[in-house]
Amino acid sequence: MTATATSARSDLSELGRSETALRTFLHGLPGVDQVGAEQRAAQLGTRSIKTTAKAQAIDLAIRMVDLTTLEGADTPGKVRALATKALRPDPADPSCPHVGAVCVYPSMVPYVAEVLRGSGVHLASVATAFPSGQAPLEVKLADTRAAVAAGADEIDMVINRGAFLAGRYREVYDEIVATKEACGDAHLKVILETGELATYDNVRRASWLAMLAGGDFIKTSTGKVPVAATMPVTLVMLEAVRDFRAATGRQVGVKPAGGIKTSKDAIKYLVMVNETVGPDWLDPDWFRFGASSLLNDLLMQRTKLTTGVYSGPDYFTLD
Amino acid sequence: MSERVAVRKTYKLFIGGKFPRSESGRSYIVQDSNVVLASRKDARDAVVAARAAVKGWAGATAYNRGQILYRVAEMLEGRREQFVALGVPADEIDAAIDRWVWYAGWSDKLPQVYGGANPVAGPYFNLSAPEPTGVVAVAAPEAPALLGLVSVIAPAIVTGNTVVVAASPAQPLPAVTLAEVLATSDLPGGVVNILTGRITETVPTLAAHMDVNAIDLTGVSDAELAAELEVKAAENLKRVLRPAPAGHDWFADPGLARMTTLLETKTVWHPKGV
Repeated sequence: MTATATSARSDLSELGRSETALRTFLHGLPGVDQVGAEQRAAQLGTRSIKTTAKAQAIDLAIRMVDLTTLEGADTPGKVRALATKALRPDPADPSCPHVGAVCVYPSMVPYVAEVLRGSGVHLASVATAFPSGQAPLEVKLADTRAAVAAGADEIDMVINRGAFLAGRYREVYDEIVATKEACGDAHLKVILETGELATYDNVRRASWLAMLAGGDFIKTSTGKVPVAATMPVTLVMLEAVRDFRAATGRQVGVKPAGGIKTSKDAIKYLVMVNETVGPDWLDPDWFRFGASSLLNDLLMQRTKLTTGVYSGPDYFTLD
Repeated sequence: MSERVAVRKTYKLFIGGKFPRSESGRSYIVQDSNVVLASRKDARDAVVAARAAVKGWAGATAYNRGQILYRVAEMLEGRREQFVALGVPADEIDAAIDRWVWYAGWSDKLPQVYGGANPVAGPYFNLSAPEPTGVVAVAAPEAPALLGLVSVIAPAIVTGNTVVVAASPAQPLPAVTLAEVLATSDLPGGVVNILTGRITETVPTLAAHMDVNAIDLTGVSDAELAAELEVKAAENLKRVLRPAPAGHDWFADPGLARMTTLLETKTVWHPKGV
């Protein structure tokens, strides 16, 4: 835990009331040692996870997948097929767990809700003018309410990067608070779009800002910009949720999204979670992967472990 | 002046157009050189590289594939001395170069010989065309080291397949040197991948691999192992080329069977309407 976090414990809830207090707090967070963070992340990626540990890690990773499709070309049929896959990722093996959630655009939520009802698989919807977030607040809130009304129990919102980078933290804060209110009982994941934040210091500040405003999850990226989730960025965010829990007692989840394509990558992230924030976060309620192609690689690796034979992409559905 | 120290060569694997060491870090010694002892994971990586190369290679025009195979012959001609230095007889090198040219010529002719229009009792055009089967695993013959290797690689790739080859364990140096020829011949990375080391370690993995479409058991001399590999290959209905009979003459006319075994026939029915 950082010294700043400790001293801030008493008045964290007051921060949102004034632009100055928020700015002072966020800029008072200790800077990120860039080289150190990158080296630490690289080092954690070198662990060798084999046999039974690997089997457990793969099953956990499958349970953590937010199976995502966010394309202009999404159709009711396609998202229904995706939702069916989420329920039973490997039709040939009933022991394969279901994924954590399905993540779609708001207009696709009703079709997915039909399939997932009562299954335990969560239904996430992006909202707030995803992916740019460049729309008036009323539009963003209406977007959110519509998604929740259609059956989404998790909302992935984007922060207003324009306002954040311009230093208007209060505006970003208020938007998150308003969106959280619009969510009602639905969980709120706050997408920081770290690829557009430029520095690790900004990632740390945005993480704290999102958590202070009431986000239940902080998520790295939309997957719509060239730089998506990376290990060092996720490390900085994991440190933020760890320090935030130490300061306030509230646990916040983390979701790296975009660019995680192989089981090997996923396992590296799990190692990092375990080493940075501990086993409390090694659960689909607290850590998720936003991904689409990752699931097939996890299934292929799982099949290799159960049958002893390398599998191929021909034996798994494309979407 | 101090005496110059010669640069000694490490013979590495050839996977995806690159020359990596084994992920296992192992090697063995042949002809006083260190040669990589490939592991089952190297075989897996090679299949991934071969699969990734299928789309581009199978999609290239037959004419273009022929040109590239001819280019291989050209490059091999230029590196003749390297093979001589490894102890490959001159007549074998000649035969290997000629074999590349021979197969290069087949690239746009095989579909004509092996496909065509079928007479059917209906108002349709009915056409059959041969297409590559995909990724082919190959156990190269133990000898002759160069000609044998060329004679199993060229027929597989000329039609658009990509290959993962387990080189002769006793004579891997010509195989790695051939990889250097291939790497400088405009052949896209991943079309040919060469593993050195024990046949018993890499080939069973390839035979069981679900993402391999055919297997050529030419270099498997142990009949029991060959049968076992065929059983493994049956799991996903791989096409199989059985081991070459003892005393097979590699200098003789190779015939078409090596090419045609590794093809799938696509037949289309097309209504004639004007």
